[in-house]
Amino acid sequence: MIKAILIFNNHGKPRMSKFYEHYTEDTEQQIIRETFHLVSKRDENVCNFLEGGLLIGGSENKLIYRHYATLYFVFCVDSSESELGILDLIQVFVETLDKCFENVCELDLIFHLDKVHNILAEMVMGGMVLETNMSEIITQVEAQGKMEKSETLTLLFICQSMRQSQASRFSSKIS
Amino acid sequence: MREIMVRAMYCEMLGYDASFTYIHAIKLAQQGGVLEKRVGYLAVSLFLNEGHELLLLLVNTVLKDLQSTNLIEVCMALTVVAQVFPKDMIPAVLPLVEDKLSHPKEIIRRKAVLALYKFYLIAPNQVQHIHAKFCKALSDKDPGVMASSLHIYLQLIRSPDSYKDLTGSFVTILKQVLGGKLPVDFNYHSVPAPWLQIQLLRILSLLGKEDQSTSELMYEVLDESLRRAEMNHNITYAILYECVKAVYTIHPKAELLEKAARCIGNFVLSPKINLKYLGLKALTYVVQHDAKLALQHQMTIIECLDHSDFTIKRETLELLFRITNAQNVTVIVEKMLDFLRSCNDEHTIIHLIGKVAELAEKYPFNKPEFMNTLLPMKYNSWFIQTMNDVFSIGGDLLQQDVPNNFLRLLAEGSESKEEDDQLRLYAVESYLTVLKGHTSHLPQCFLQVMSWVLGEYAHLQESVDRREVIRLLTQLLDQRSVSSETRVWILSALTKIPEGQTDLILDLAESLSSSQDTVLRQQAQELRHLSQDSQLREFKPVAVVCVFSSQVDSSLSFLDGFVSEALAAGAAPYKPPHQRQEELCEDRALNLEPYSFSLPVSLSSCSITDRQSPTLLSVSSGLSGNSAELSQKAGSSTLILEGVKRVWGKDGYLPQKEATAPPVDEPSAAVQPASQQEAAERIEPRPEPSTQNQDKQQLASSLFVGLGVGSSVSLLGKSEAPPPRFRKKPRPHESSSSSGTSKRSSDSSSHSSRNTTDSFLYGSFPEEEPATSISTFDHTPKSTTANGLSQNKDTKEDRHANTSQILGGDMVIVRPSTIQDKHPPSVSSDLTALLPADLKDLPHSDVISLTSDPSLSLSSCRLFRDEALLLVIFISNCTETVIKDVAVQLTCEELKVISFCCKLFEFMRLILMNSILSVIHRPLVVTTEEYGKLWLSLSHDVKQNLKLLTDAGDPLRTTLNALKDALQLHVVDIIGSEGIVACRLLSGAPCLLHCRVNGAALAMWLRSPHPALPDFILYHCQRALAHH
Repeated sequence: MIKAILIFNNHGKPRMSKFYEHYTEDTEQQIIRETFHLVSKRDENVCNFLEGGLLIGGSENKLIYRHYATLYFVFCVDSSESELGILDLIQVFVETLDKCFENVCELDLIFHLDKVHNILAEMVMGGMVLETNMSEIITQVEAQGKMEKSETLTLLFICQSMRQSQASRFSSKIS
Repeated sequence: MREIMVRAMYCEMLGYDASFTYIHAIKLAQQGGVLEKRVGYLAVSLFLNEGHELLLLLVNTVLKDLQSTNLIEVCMALTVVAQVFPKDMIPAVLPLVEDKLSHPKEIIRRKAVLALYKFYLIAPNQVQHIHAKFCKALSDKDPGVMASSLHIYLQLIRSPDSYKDLTGSFVTILKQVLGGKLPVDFNYHSVPAPWLQIQLLRILSLLGKEDQSTSELMYEVLDESLRRAEMNHNITYAILYECVKAVYTIHPKAELLEKAARCIGNFVLSPKINLKYLGLKALTYVVQHDAKLALQHQMTIIECLDHSDFTIKRETLELLFRITNAQNVTVIVEKMLDFLRSCNDEHTIIHLIGKVAELAEKYPFNKPEFMNTLLPMKYNSWFIQTMNDVFSIGGDLLQQDVPNNFLRLLAEGSESKEEDDQLRLYAVESYLTVLKGHTSHLPQCFLQVMSWVLGEYAHLQESVDRREVIRLLTQLLDQRSVSSETRVWILSALTKIPEGQTDLILDLAESLSSSQDTVLRQQAQELRHLSQDSQLREFKPVAVVCVFSSQVDSSLSFLDGFVSEALAAGAAPYKPPHQRQEELCEDRALNLEPYSFSLPVSLSSCSITDRQSPTLLSVSSGLSGNSAELSQKAGSSTLILEGVKRVWGKDGYLPQKEATAPPVDEPSAAVQPASQQEAAERIEPRPEPSTQNQDKQQLASSLFVGLGVGSSVSLLGKSEAPPPRFRKKPRPHESSSSSGTSKRSSDSSSHSSRNTTDSFLYGSFPEEEPATSISTFDHTPKSTTANGLSQNKDTKEDRHANTSQILGGDMVIVRPSTIQDKHPPSVSSDLTALLPADLKDLPHSDVISLTSDPSLSLSSCRLFRDEALLLVIFISNCTETVIKDVAVQLTCEELKVISFCCKLFEFMRLILMNSILSVIHRPLVVTTEEYGKLWLSLSHDVKQNLKLLTDAGDPLRTTLNALKDALQLHVVDIIGSEGIVACRLLSGAPCLLHCRVNGAALAMWLRSPHPALPDFILYHCQRALAHH
């Protein structure tokens, strides 16, 4: 099971954090700091796996991370997950983000935090991997996006039509 | 609003408190269109945790959305349910989520499956009934749904037995996946559904573990996937790795092993660092089965040791740890220590240092081959040196058991005293050396160990001046960096160093007695007194011995009086912690009542009994059930402290009297108090000479409630002691049946004396060793037996006329009001010979004399029959005269007397009907279907993990049979890793047990209409297993 998914940048600023187990606010912050500390001092040419630190649960848990440009993607998982499998899951996640945002960058994560969470929710649900199929994920996300858009559009449309009808009433009065 | 909520999420993530927005998040989820709802739900799942009170506000929204026709709303609701719903809200949404399993849209089905899985993790019993639906999900036509159901099976199959039959399906699925039968969508880097494969391989390896027949089913497909996984991408390696692990986990097949070994080679030799890591992991796993494999990769392993990557190094050490044996232990330990010195990650240090210590301690004494390779002398130095390193590196990060184990090793030693002394000697020497150097950087825990060792063993070292030792220790005391806890250790070490150097000590004590730390000050005082008074010093060891040999009354029987008073005053009966928790849970569960479907509850019989059975002495039974003498000792001694005070307030001498009584009365007991104490569980007090009995009874009956009569062995074996809560509170009862019987025909009554025993009582009769379960027996209904007896001279028999009996087990002492002189009841032992023919062959307890007066004596014994517990009361005529008619009145509300036949010189039989009182339960023979129905109709769950007997092939069966034999249960059925068992109280309440093998434990789940029965049975199951 996946315990937590963290994204932070090269300076340790969290960009997204999602915990599938409950920790207190302070602990969460500490975990992020500790994880950053562990991950950031590792060279590029070492492996992508780490034993979990103290906070996130001892030797049972592993940190699996990938470093993309300015961002670290870290998954904290327990022993029931396959290391390489998760590593590729991160890849899938990032590629999906890339497709959804068209060339994703750190700013996208900051300004569209909710969207990132929604994408993640399609992949991982309650700590379990739900979907690994990129196209399926994108379809879902887009379907929801469309639905939202259509709703806003409907709203707009209603507003407009109301305005128009009022306007026409006015105009009829005027005339 | 939506935008603001997203901002709030961001703030929260950065660590700022945004709790004021929580309520708005919920509002947002409640109202608003899809868009707002979405953000609202998202915020809720990020902000709130399972215990948060605001979640309650969300339940309705979620319910509404689950029923919505809008796909997206349903999706969101399912997501949030899987994310944050706590245990007690599950029943509310469970039916809806279940419905979603048959939703036409596969995305919904998939989410529903995962939500159910989440429920299963949180509250396994609530989703038990839908296992069949999981099965359906597994065969879903959509691969996505099937894949998510694998999560569930992966979890369920941790206890594989009941799922063996699914092996075929999993193998087929894997074959299909490998054969590319899935839609192309599922390919990832042209590998078909890799994550699915990984899951399946894991499941298969769990299934095939130690099971040849199951393993055979999967050889083919494993071979296939090993072959298919061409080395081209990370993800194929992931599959390979799982494959290799599976091959090594299941029942071995040479051909596959060979292939797997080759794959491992590929991993280890791979230039990609991630693969190397996995290769090492695989090796670590594999060497447990086949140590030779490591040899092939020796060189790689050595390289990895010097690798720049911290993780790789660590993994390598882990591997080395696994292949450690007596020959290479020194080298490996050295490597580990080297690594540790250069490492600064706390977590790693704690983890590894423990292993080093384990290794160092594992290979020491009992390994002859090790002794050959290293001379003992050298070994000693190595061991001590290693431990020194461990302490100085690990320092205060060490878990407490490391120093504890080390000290124990030193203290207990091996068989040969000489070797031990050498080891200790060496330790003392090396510590002296260490102390002479720089000490300020040493961790506290190391200092503590050193001071203990010096205090304990410094006298072994002849050559060193004691003054020197004292000086070194004193020096430590002066250091600022030394914590006050360590100071205490040091001081006690100083106390132990014998005869000494009073001047130094006095100085020290002087300086410390002004210390700010009160503990230190106290110790300093003690030290001063001790060193001034040589007599005291000599006396000390003796005192210690006394403490150890003092007897412990672990059943706390002398508290009985106090407890009953407290109960009478309205105090709540004591409940053992697990029961309390259970009740707490129930309380919490009540919240849900509105949502949950309520089970038919059959409360009828239990409610009454419940109320009338406050627990008298559960403390004692809790303790006595505990077979570990140590904890018993500790537990009872602390409790005693509390209890003693009160008891003393009222009738102070009693407890003492009890304690001293045994030595006086029974020399044999006094001789070996220590052994008695150890054997508290087993040794049964012998029935004592009756005079003593009487004395004590009187004494006891005035003070105690409940009686522990020790007749027991047969009791223990056969019948069960009622658990404390079965005890009844005495209450006046009225139903009395009296029968006047006159039998001995010929005699005329020459003299009749009427005795009325008015009362009853519950006298409890404390034994010296009440630790046994017998003491728990005392529940007694307050039954008063009034015997109106008229006695006549009976010429023929001088003894016996009959008896009044009382309840079983324990109970009652009938105390004739008119005892003038104690008349020892004459031989009770051959009374059993007088039992009627049909009862003679039954197992029976010893005959216990209840009471007597000059003309009559009463004694009783219990007979165990399948359907009932019989109590036989013997009334003996102690005089020469014939008894003409005897009126016996038995009163006991809870007793139904089924047959009360009383012929003079014969026996009354009581068949106790009432289930509560009848101490013995019987097997309940039902079929599996009946069992199922019954199960659903019962409430009062109790769950607990029990020890599993693992000595034979099938642990579950062995365990259940053992229980069956010990407790007279009926094993209804055993299916896979689960077994169902039933029993009932005589003709009363049934109790159903559902057992499941859960790892090394037996998860037992009991249900019964009677609230106390499951606890009772559980308790005895534990006992039975512990004795086994």
